[in-house]
Amino acid sequence: MKLKLNKKDVENFLKGLIEEYDLYAPAQLTEGVSVFKKIDRPEEVNLTQPVTQKPAKEAFFPQSEVMFRYEETGNRGQAVSTEQIRKERILLGARPCDIEAISIIGKVFEAEDYTDVYFAEKRKRTTIIGLGCNHPLSTCFCSSTGGGPFNRAGSDLFFTDLGEAYFVELLTEKGMAFRENKFFKEADPKDLDLMKEIENKASQKVDRTIPVEGIEKRLDLMVESPFWDRIHEKCIGCGVCTFLCPTCHCFDMTDEAVNQKGQRVRNWDSCLFPIYSLETSGHNPRPTGRERTRQRLMHKFNYYPKNFGRVACVGCGRCILYCPVQFDIREALVYASAKRGKGQKGKFK
Amino acid sequence: MIQQQLREKAKELLSNKTVDLIIGFGEWTLPLRTTPVFIRTPEGAESLVWNSFCENNLTAYLHKFSRLKIGLVVKGCDARSVVALNLEKRFPNHPPLLIGIPCQRLVDRKKVKKAVKGEILQAVEQGDLLLVKGEDVNVTLKREDFLYSVCQVCTHRTPHQAHILIGDPVEEVSPVEAHPDVVALEGMFPEERWNFFEKETSRCIRCYACREACPMCYCAECFVDSSRPRWIEKSFSPSDLAFYHIVRAYHQTGRCSGCGACERACPMDIRLTYLTQKLNQEVKDLYGFETGIQPEAAPPLSTFDPEDKQEFIK
Repeated sequence: MKLKLNKKDVENFLKGLIEEYDLYAPAQLTEGVSVFKKIDRPEEVNLTQPVTQKPAKEAFFPQSEVMFRYEETGNRGQAVSTEQIRKERILLGARPCDIEAISIIGKVFEAEDYTDVYFAEKRKRTTIIGLGCNHPLSTCFCSSTGGGPFNRAGSDLFFTDLGEAYFVELLTEKGMAFRENKFFKEADPKDLDLMKEIENKASQKVDRTIPVEGIEKRLDLMVESPFWDRIHEKCIGCGVCTFLCPTCHCFDMTDEAVNQKGQRVRNWDSCLFPIYSLETSGHNPRPTGRERTRQRLMHKFNYYPKNFGRVACVGCGRCILYCPVQFDIREALVYASAKRGKGQKGKFK
Repeated sequence: MIQQQLREKAKELLSNKTVDLIIGFGEWTLPLRTTPVFIRTPEGAESLVWNSFCENNLTAYLHKFSRLKIGLVVKGCDARSVVALNLEKRFPNHPPLLIGIPCQRLVDRKKVKKAVKGEILQAVEQGDLLLVKGEDVNVTLKREDFLYSVCQVCTHRTPHQAHILIGDPVEEVSPVEAHPDVVALEGMFPEERWNFFEKETSRCIRCYACREACPMCYCAECFVDSSRPRWIEKSFSPSDLAFYHIVRAYHQTGRCSGCGACERACPMDIRLTYLTQKLNQEVKDLYGFETGIQPEAAPPLSTFDPEDKQEFIK
């Protein structure tokens, strides 16, 4: 069924969603800075930024999450679980790269041997409305990592911005539940043509040349490569690339307690921070930026693909765009893919 | 041309082994940006560039290479950071050799982005103009209108402390008298100021890019990372965010060169320099001290002088 949502109806459509669901969507915090957050008013939603600073993973794996609270009462302690998801949830306006990334994190958090209830429960109860990327950026390379600006995998509904309206596709059972939504009108064949035209144009724009196929094997041979001695030099060791990465999923748990009351919180953590791997003894197995940078790249392009069959990178380009020193992950990928034995350094740019 | 002179000088310093490593700026993948480059061979010097996008304070890298003889490309502000670090005895082995370039003031890429529709694909400087190209747009901007706020107020553009000066000293006149954010905040009631501060810091993601970009933040263990004692929690209560940002700024009192690297590093566009600029102004008013201007003058907060103004004691 081909549907569309006219832009003039968007406000009321959003209003309807907010009444019935917990709605998560991109919102602008200040000019040029957008994040995914829980939406209270339709006008907060802002779908104009092609790549938000914080990715959509926040809707499932927030930067800071209270796991439970506890209190000492009398001579025994009592733990109180906190979050109960009372309402069904909607994630709206996530781009294909971010949606792909949620399934990447899902492979870890919803593994057969262990399921993280905090992530899994949210995911189970969320309907995802993806949004195609009409204007991918020059830093985007989703088509190289197995996705694309109009990759519909993982979306329950999928919107394409046609200018005056959004073209709407219902892709899954969860999506089909919106069949009767009163703001969805039947689309003309014209709209379908326009959608395809936009999709083609955008897809051609995205860089397909960043080599990730089979990269885990090549990285196996590079553990002690002098490459690591150089590539980390400019990294200043902040957490921008990992925190803004839609697939990075490391966290740290701490107890925040005062007197007899406290809470256990988990916060995003970054393998680029020295204290990430600091051991109680004072020993740090990743003592310098060399080991930490290697860890970041190895996890994405070697350990993760070995465990789960695909790279843990969706080519969103955030780590390139927002890095204070222009560390460019594409450089590492191009280098690692250069044929061994030919003495070339892997030219990038 | 300055860039050419810089390359030649770098080549010479590496050829005659005056230095082992030159840290400077190079062209890279994004427009309106440069990237730090680490050059070890005379041929490598060809990749050095000099333009209004050389925004990093490379002094921050000195801690990483303490065993090498380093030639460091510095602007006025960066050279001041080196002087301040030297006073804090940070260079027991080799003080860096400073290759100074009088600064033409840096272009604020975030301001340019806001002025141009769509993605910027190319930006070229031509004298006082900035030619910006996007997918469907071509615009010419006046460089002067897009400077970083810290550069607008800068009166130490020439790195006089440098061992080698490339190009001629520039006239030290600032286009703006005082930092625009500081002026705005001084006109506010305390509650309004607090609201401004809270609104800005509420976007903080605690990535610590501001800390890592700053040459003066070199503590072996930052107070935010300490677990014994634990000074601050790791989550996002407004009080923890305020605590981090206030302490970070206060640790800079009398040490900050006002380079603005902290604010430029922030991925969330949090305004940070109004805090340090205000502190710099206070230090100047109270003690007549500016960071890194006089190579021997000890910073006021690490010395005691009976002549210090003590007007705050009523």
